[in-house]
Amino acid sequence: MTKDIILAGVGGQGILSIAAVIGTAALDAGLFLKQAEVHGMSQRGGDVQSNLRISDKEILSDLIPYGKADLIISVEPMESLRYLPLLSKNGWLITSTTPHINIPNYPDIQEVILEIEKLPNHVKLDAKGIAMELDARRSENIVILGAASPYLGLEYAWLEKAIATIFKSKGEDVIQKNLDALKAGREVAENSRPLKIT
Amino acid sequence: MQRMLLLGDEAIAQGAIDAGLSGVFAYPGTPSTEITEYIQQSEEAMEGKIRAEWSANEKTAMEAGLGMSYAGKRAMVCMKHVGMNVAADAFINSAITGANGGLIVVVADDPSMHSSQNEQDSRFYGKFAMVPILEPVNQQEAYDMIRYGFELSERFRIPVMVRITTRLAHSRAGVVRKNVLPQNELSLPGNPRQFILLPANARKQYKGLLRTQELLRDESDRSVFNSYYEGKDKSLGIIACGIANNYLLENYKNGDFPHPLLKIGQYPIPKTLVERIYDECDEILLLEEGFPFVEEMLRGFLDKGKPIKGRFDGTLPFDGELNPNLVARAMGLEDTSGMPIPDIVKARPPSLCKGCPHIFSYNALNEALEKYSKGRVFSDIGCYTLGALEPFTAIDTCVDMGASITMAKGAADAGFVPAVAVIGDSTFTHSGMTGLLDAVNDNSSITVMILDNATTAMTGMQKSSASGKIENICMALGVEEEHIRVLNPSPKYHDVNLGVIKEEIEYEGVSVIIPRRECLHLAARRIREEKKKKERETVK
Repeated sequence: MTKDIILAGVGGQGILSIAAVIGTAALDAGLFLKQAEVHGMSQRGGDVQSNLRISDKEILSDLIPYGKADLIISVEPMESLRYLPLLSKNGWLITSTTPHINIPNYPDIQEVILEIEKLPNHVKLDAKGIAMELDARRSENIVILGAASPYLGLEYAWLEKAIATIFKSKGEDVIQKNLDALKAGREVAENSRPLKIT
Repeated sequence: MQRMLLLGDEAIAQGAIDAGLSGVFAYPGTPSTEITEYIQQSEEAMEGKIRAEWSANEKTAMEAGLGMSYAGKRAMVCMKHVGMNVAADAFINSAITGANGGLIVVVADDPSMHSSQNEQDSRFYGKFAMVPILEPVNQQEAYDMIRYGFELSERFRIPVMVRITTRLAHSRAGVVRKNVLPQNELSLPGNPRQFILLPANARKQYKGLLRTQELLRDESDRSVFNSYYEGKDKSLGIIACGIANNYLLENYKNGDFPHPLLKIGQYPIPKTLVERIYDECDEILLLEEGFPFVEEMLRGFLDKGKPIKGRFDGTLPFDGELNPNLVARAMGLEDTSGMPIPDIVKARPPSLCKGCPHIFSYNALNEALEKYSKGRVFSDIGCYTLGALEPFTAIDTCVDMGASITMAKGAADAGFVPAVAVIGDSTFTHSGMTGLLDAVNDNSSITVMILDNATTAMTGMQKSSASGKIENICMALGVEEEHIRVLNPSPKYHDVNLGVIKEEIEYEGVSVIIPRRECLHLAARRIREEKKKKERETVK
């Protein structure tokens, strides 16, 4: 089992929390993991990405080759498209539809959505709206993770356990909110492509 | 043993803690910062009283590290590649004095310039100083090499360079720890003249360094970090350094690698192993992250030997970091790619945070300079360098730490007045103070804005050496007290700030303006921590 994942977003949106949950779950499952992050200057509101690789065999390169990523998980719709050269032909793109507009020439959001819909394998969801409904405003990224969860090759229960571990210091309430967020995201993914779930 | 999930930087830090480290000395710089931060936050390091505060700059860090080595303890000095330019005087001479307690200098290079102004390759500094260099292939080797590096340093009484690049520094993987070694006891060098580089002593020490070179080459030939893989197809042999090995083998995951492969992780370059692959193969391909360092040596000045492929002949691009695809192309394999990026995707460069104090400093400065011709603002390295971008376009230079003040001074000395320097608080104490002294001594007509946000913000809010000291430093350097002006860079003070900046720009002499307001991230962190502390106290 090998999963090569691109996490995408804008500096400060919490893509590293997604990476931490997947990483903790993978490590608990005894899998190998490599995760290349972006630090420094690019974190100041610029585009950020992380290469996350999990496998039952030892992983060599910290970087995923172009055209080989199994998944793009993005917390921002335009950013999800920036990494298409990395995505494999059969790969899946999972993205939030809420734009983060901090540049003057941000494209029309409808056009961005149209580009996402051109992809044969995609899940798009209003993660912000879902998080608000759950009264879990800060768990938008975990909603996205939930939507990506059927494609990770990791058991759902492992992700739940990882969330409990990572948010332990923040208390039961925060853990529960994130578990709800994970579940709500998962349901969107299952309803959008029920036949493809593995 | 349980694997720890560590960044390459953190693996180095944990490796040092476990190898009997007594002190780390560093100035923050991407991609090296997390090494020192990890040690600062490690409970084991605190229990062991491992010294881990930030230094004022890389040179003071290097010298303090050398001092700790002199006293017999194991010390580590960390910096980004351009920090080595600042530390170079101490570093080169530390090879002549040699070490007493183990001394490791970690340099994190940044090929592709993710967060830097150049992509210099620190291996040249290592070779120049004639010290061994270790270049890990992955996080586990980064951990292991620190322990070996200290042992090597003490065995040959020489500083050891550990060279990493951004990808390893900022990538996590599982690392297995070894047993924890105790720290060294205090002990002075056996030869009391070892550290006195008077010419007569220095000549002796230098001859000693030269004699050590052969031993270091033998060590490289035997090193577990240099390995030879006997591939069958000898039409091509590959020499790959550090993480370049991973990019190569990523392309052969589903089968045996067909060619002889020499993996280099320890320098001086292992001569016997290089000779062997050169003699066995028809052509050689060099894969190295950074400058074609081994390639240039192997080609030699005339380059009349066997065909050699690498960065010089265009098999690989001369600049930028490697990746699996570039190496696939160099090997003649199929290059893979997904779909192109749709045209509607726009660039999203980093920018100053909403409400950042620098924004209001630049708004006032821009307005104050409206009546003058363009090109008058000399800036420096930090978040405020983002003032170069729209909508501010407020600065005209950014070269190296501290260059704002000295370049403004040079331009003013040439008659280009007014000239304004913009520098951050931490950068000022790193390398700005001496330049300000030059300006005072020359009475150069410059206006220096020291943007004081109370932290080293760009690298992630490390403690600034300048905090609470700036006015006193400026006065002590000879800036007149009435021309040291403190401002609050907030929108409601815009008019006041504008007036002060205009006045000081018109003043013929050295003036210092200090717009002072805490970085928003630092403020948020402080409030979070205060809240936590209160909660803890209520529980008690």
